[in-house]
Amino acid sequence: MVFVVGDIAQYARPGNFVAIAVGGVNSSMILRRAFAIYRVNEKSSSGGTLELVVAAHGSGSRWLSERSIGEKVDLVGPLGTSFGIPTEPVNTLLVGGGYGSAPLFGLAEVLKSRLCRVDVVVGASTAGKIYAPLDGKRSVTTMTVTTEDGSAGSRGKVTDFLPEIIEKFKVEVVYSCGPMAMLKAVNSITEKLQIVHQCAVEESMACGIGVCMTCVIPLRGADGQIRMSRSCIEGPVVDGSSVIWSEPRTIPEGTLGTSS
Amino acid sequence: MIERAFDFRTKFGNRYFPNPVFTASGCAGSGKELSNFFDLTELGAIVTKSIAVKPRSGRATPRMAETPSGMLNSIGLQGPGIDQFLENDIPWLVSKGARIIVSISGETVEEYASLARRLRGITGLSGVEVNISCPNVENRGLVFACDPLASRAVVESVRRNMGGDFPMIVKLSPDVTDIVAIAREVVSAGADALALINTVLGMVIDIEGKRPKLAGITGGLSGPAIRPIAVRAIYQVHSALRSTPILGMGGVASGRDALELIYAGASGVSVGTATFGNPTAAMRIKAELEELLREKGFGSLEEAVGAAHG
Repeated sequence: MVFVVGDIAQYARPGNFVAIAVGGVNSSMILRRAFAIYRVNEKSSSGGTLELVVAAHGSGSRWLSERSIGEKVDLVGPLGTSFGIPTEPVNTLLVGGGYGSAPLFGLAEVLKSRLCRVDVVVGASTAGKIYAPLDGKRSVTTMTVTTEDGSAGSRGKVTDFLPEIIEKFKVEVVYSCGPMAMLKAVNSITEKLQIVHQCAVEESMACGIGVCMTCVIPLRGADGQIRMSRSCIEGPVVDGSSVIWSEPRTIPEGTLGTSS
Repeated sequence: MIERAFDFRTKFGNRYFPNPVFTASGCAGSGKELSNFFDLTELGAIVTKSIAVKPRSGRATPRMAETPSGMLNSIGLQGPGIDQFLENDIPWLVSKGARIIVSISGETVEEYASLARRLRGITGLSGVEVNISCPNVENRGLVFACDPLASRAVVESVRRNMGGDFPMIVKLSPDVTDIVAIAREVVSAGADALALINTVLGMVIDIEGKRPKLAGITGGLSGPAIRPIAVRAIYQVHSALRSTPILGMGGVASGRDALELIYAGASGVSVGTATFGNPTAAMRIKAELEELLREKGFGSLEEAVGAAHG
């Protein structure tokens, strides 16, 4: 979906997200929905626009997907951190899981404009959950599609193919976006190969602006201390090596403020 | 027609506040985040996140589940601890000219006493909120506000360590059989005012995963879903303790909602969950409330407090 946002489009960077109020004024859905920005156009014929990929899998996103052209919505953004863009041309690999792949295509365009080589791997459990738009391929050298059930592309998980692709295309930087379990698996590969890994994390979020403390993930700071850090402010894009990839639903040992 | 002068002030303990719209503890971060959206001096006061003696990691994620007209949270009082808080957060808020009510939370009576001692003598504070009712602690036995004698012990100890006239607001839980009994106990133990209500203990089960949605299993329910509970608790306590000011909170999302709590007996209203949906909610609610009070012919906020009691 394309949203006309005027001047704020110029502040949006790949990896940023927006938070949209859903359901109308008297809705029982009181929290905003967070969407990663798919693409930005600062100078469309309607002014600055943001494009979002809205998968209607919940009542909030369904409401949003049912809006008509020209309707107004309440949108806050751009929020959060963005993917770091290399200052020199490097070989990059973009890894996406499910609909989480969306922001990678905006990133691909920016990387391409900086003369980086851009290869992409997108995966999902099944073909219907793959997000890989045709026009998103413009900036991409190769695209590999994987599904766990083999209904599209190669059968397997994205991470089954990463070591080979990284070696073949001499990848220097990996960008990833998708479910936490996938990011964790990607990071174990980049860590072993000692490659830079930037990932956009996902955690249930209420406010999107840093006040509610619900969307925290364990991050190791520059001082070595692990803190439960807000993924809406210090993320969503973080250095994969700074994340403590602990078991879900636990606080890692040594985190600031755990009883010891 | 000449517009009547309108007095929007409110009073907790010995302090006046220029308007009755506050933030709710835990719903305004450190203040810095909201200051990107409005001037913090426009609030009656900012109530800080409940601070503990030591840093706290809080609970594991997921910490949040949206519910109809509400949400569950199980943050578990994540925070930097009193030292960092006094070094970083308070000086910043003071520099911005915000009126500050520091919320404190302890696991033992001694921890509350120690927090009170640390706050004593800090300039620029307008009061302390003693949070004895956070539902997100590992041991429900630690919820002081479920027990009149435990509540009394905390309040007496804070009063003793804080000094005689420093405004003390005590935050109570709605999850008790007789909230009036607890209210009477903490007021007789030295509380100047009461904050009503904290979140209501609740739970959501993920039917796909067949287990509790929150890592902490239970969480505190907030948002418009709990407003009738807040109205009831405020009404009951105001009936019994007419001279004790109440800071009301629980699902306030509009000026109309704020007025409902004021009619029930609140002298001020805190905005919490509404801020998550809209960062400027407190400012909108403040403007709507003032307009409503004027429209209904009140010359002051005070005239409207407890209006539902006849």
